[in-house]
Amino acid sequence: MKVQIFSDCVKEGKNPEILFWVGCSGSFDERAKKITKAFVKILNDAKIDFAVLGNEESCSGDLAKRSGNEFLFQMQALGNIKVMNSYNIKKIVTACPHCFNTIKNEYPELGGKYEVLHHTEFLKSLIENGKLKIPNGSFKGKRITYHDPCYLGRANNIYEIPREILKKLDAELVEMKSCKSKGLCCGAGGAQMFKEPEKGDVDIKDIRIKQALETKPDIIAAACPFCNTMLSDGLKNKVSENSTSILDISQIIEKAKDL
Amino acid sequence: MISYLDNVLFAAALILSISLFIYNFKKILSNIRLGRDENRSDNPRLRLNNMLRVAFGQSKMIRRPIAGILHLIVYVGFIIINIELLEIIIDGIFGSHRIFSSFFPKFYNFIIGSFEVLALLVLISVIIFWIRRNILKIKRFFKEEMKGWPKLDADLILYFEIILMTLFLTMNGADYTIQLNYPENDIYVRAGSYPISQFLVPILQELSLAKLILLERFSWWFHILGIFIFLNYLYYSKHLHILLAFPNTYFANLESKGKFKNIDSVTSEIKLMLDDNNNIEGTDVSEVETFGANDVTELTWIQLLNAYSCTECGRCTSNCPANISGKKLSPRKIMMDTRDRLTELSNKIRSNSENFKGDGKKLLGDYISTEEVWACTSCNACVESCPIDIDPLSIIMSMRQYLVLENSAAPSDLNNMMNNIENNGAPWPFNQQDRTNWIN
Repeated sequence: MKVQIFSDCVKEGKNPEILFWVGCSGSFDERAKKITKAFVKILNDAKIDFAVLGNEESCSGDLAKRSGNEFLFQMQALGNIKVMNSYNIKKIVTACPHCFNTIKNEYPELGGKYEVLHHTEFLKSLIENGKLKIPNGSFKGKRITYHDPCYLGRANNIYEIPREILKKLDAELVEMKSCKSKGLCCGAGGAQMFKEPEKGDVDIKDIRIKQALETKPDIIAAACPFCNTMLSDGLKNKVSENSTSILDISQIIEKAKDL
Repeated sequence: MISYLDNVLFAAALILSISLFIYNFKKILSNIRLGRDENRSDNPRLRLNNMLRVAFGQSKMIRRPIAGILHLIVYVGFIIINIELLEIIIDGIFGSHRIFSSFFPKFYNFIIGSFEVLALLVLISVIIFWIRRNILKIKRFFKEEMKGWPKLDADLILYFEIILMTLFLTMNGADYTIQLNYPENDIYVRAGSYPISQFLVPILQELSLAKLILLERFSWWFHILGIFIFLNYLYYSKHLHILLAFPNTYFANLESKGKFKNIDSVTSEIKLMLDDNNNIEGTDVSEVETFGANDVTELTWIQLLNAYSCTECGRCTSNCPANISGKKLSPRKIMMDTRDRLTELSNKIRSNSENFKGDGKKLLGDYISTEEVWACTSCNACVESCPIDIDPLSIIMSMRQYLVLENSAAPSDLNNMMNNIENNGAPWPFNQQDRTNWIN
C-alpha cells in the first residue's frame, strides 16, 4: 500500500497537500485499521497528494480532555501542533470524529490553525469535483441505516454529508428511530470506550443496535471508529442477526468500487 | 376617607409584592455572581438573534410538538393577557373601572375578546399539562429527582394558572351579566366583548345585583392578588425560567458543541514548563485557581445562571444515553443539584457574612456523586435537547477536571488509558514506533 510519510516527503523536498490524520484507533485497532486502509485506497485511486505523520503522530488528546485531564490533553495538543506547524501543514483529513473535533475546535487557541475535514466531508468534495466516481449497482436495493456519531453530528452539525454519499450508492437509506440531532450515542464517547460502564439496566450499545436492527438493514453505516467497535460488539450479542454488517462509509465506497 | 380604602390597600399590595420580588431577585443575581468569570459579551447581534429565536420564538420547544404547542399557547396567553394587568393596576390605584374602554371602545372590544379566547385556551392547555403529569404519568416527570418538592412545585404552578384563568373569566362573566341586566348602573357600563364568559351569563343572572357585584369584586381582587403572589412564588420555584430563559439564551454558548473550553492557566503552566529559558520570574504560579469545580463557587456564572433557568422539564434526561440505559446520571438532576447547593451555600454566606469559612459540604460528593459524573458519554444530547440552551455537560466536565487534576481520582481504567497516552502517545499500550505497521 502506497502511503507517504511526511518527514520523508520533506527530506525529498516535497510538500504534500493534505495530511491524513490516522488517529490511534486507525493505527492500532484491528477493525479501525480496515477503515484506514479503505480510505487510503480511495485516496490513492483518486490520486490525492497526501501523507501521514507516521511515528510523529501522537494521540490528539480528545480522550484525556473528556476524562478531565486538561493537562495531558494540552501536552498532547501542543506536541502535535509543534510537529504539524514544523511541516507547515494547512489541510488535515481524518476518519475519526473525535480527532476531527479536537483538532478543528480545540487546537486553534493553542496555536494549531488548520483546515480540518472529516473524511466524509473530503469524500463528498471528491465526488463533487469528479475525482471520485461511485459506480452504482453493487449496493442496489440494499437497505442501509446510518448511525450519527455524536462528535460529527451534534458536536459539529454534520448530518447530511454522510447521507448524501450513501444516497449515491443507489441503495435504500432508512432512518433509525432516533437519528440526526436526536441520534443516540453508541456509548463510547467521553472516554467511556476505555472503562467499564457504571451500573445500569442495559448497555447503551445494545439499545442502539436494537434501534438499528428495527430498520431491518443489510448494512449499518458508521463514520467513527469508536461507534464501529461499539456497534459491532452490540451486534455480536444478537446472534440471529448475522446477515447485517457494520461498515464505515469509506469501506462501503471501497466495496462499491471494488478497490 | 373610607372610600379610598380600596385604593390604599391595592397600592400597598402592589408596592409590597414588587419590592419583595425585587429584593429576592437581587439575591438571585448576587448568587449568580458567586460564580467564576466567563466572557460572553462577544457577538451581541448573534446573541440577540439566538435569544429571539430560542426563548422568544420557542424554536426548540416545538421539537416535541404536543408539549411544544401547549406550551406556546400558555406562553402567548401569559404575555398577551398581561396587557390587561396594566388596566387592572390603573383601575386599582385610581378606583376607576375598565379605564381603557372609554378611550378606544372598538379596540377594547377586540382585546378583551382576545384575552378571553386565550384565557380559555390557556385553561385547557394547563389542564392537559396536569393530565400528562398526574394521569398519563409521562415517564420523564417521574424520575428519582422529581420526588417531593419538585413534583409539588410543578403541580402548584398548574393550580395557580387554573385558578387565575378561572377568576379572570368569572370576573368578566359577572361584569357582563351586570352590563346586560342592570343597564341603569353607572359603574358597569356596556364595554368589552365576552366571547367566552358570555356562556356564564345564564347561570350568573340568577344572582342579585349585590351578589353579582360581590362576585365581580371578589374575582377581580383575587385575580390580581393571585398574580402578586405568583410573582413572589417564582423565587422559590423552578418557574423562574419565564424570566431567566431570556438572559440564558442570550449568554448561551454559540460555538460548536464539541468545542470544550481550554483551561488557560494550564496552557501557561505547560508553556512555562516547556520554556527552555525557564523565565519563571515574575509569574506567580501559586496563585492559580482550583482546576475544575468541586463546589458551585468554582463553576462559572453561566453555569449558575443555567441552574436557575432550569424548569425541570426533563427533556435532557429523557435523551441522555446514560439515563436511558438505567444509570444514575440525570442531566436535569445535575442542574437541580447545582441550584439547590447554590441556594444553600448563599443563604449560609448571607447569614454568617464575613466569618463564613465553608460548611463542610460540597456540590461534588454531597449532591452529585462521582458515579454520576463518570457515567457521561459527553454526547451532547442533553445540551441539544434543552429548550433554553442549558449546558449540563459543561458542569459534568468541570467536575471531572476537579477529580482528575486536583484529586487524581479517575476510575482506574481511565488512569491506565491516560498512562498509555503519556507513555506511548496512544490509549493502548502499543509502541509509538508501531504506528505505521498498518501500512504493511
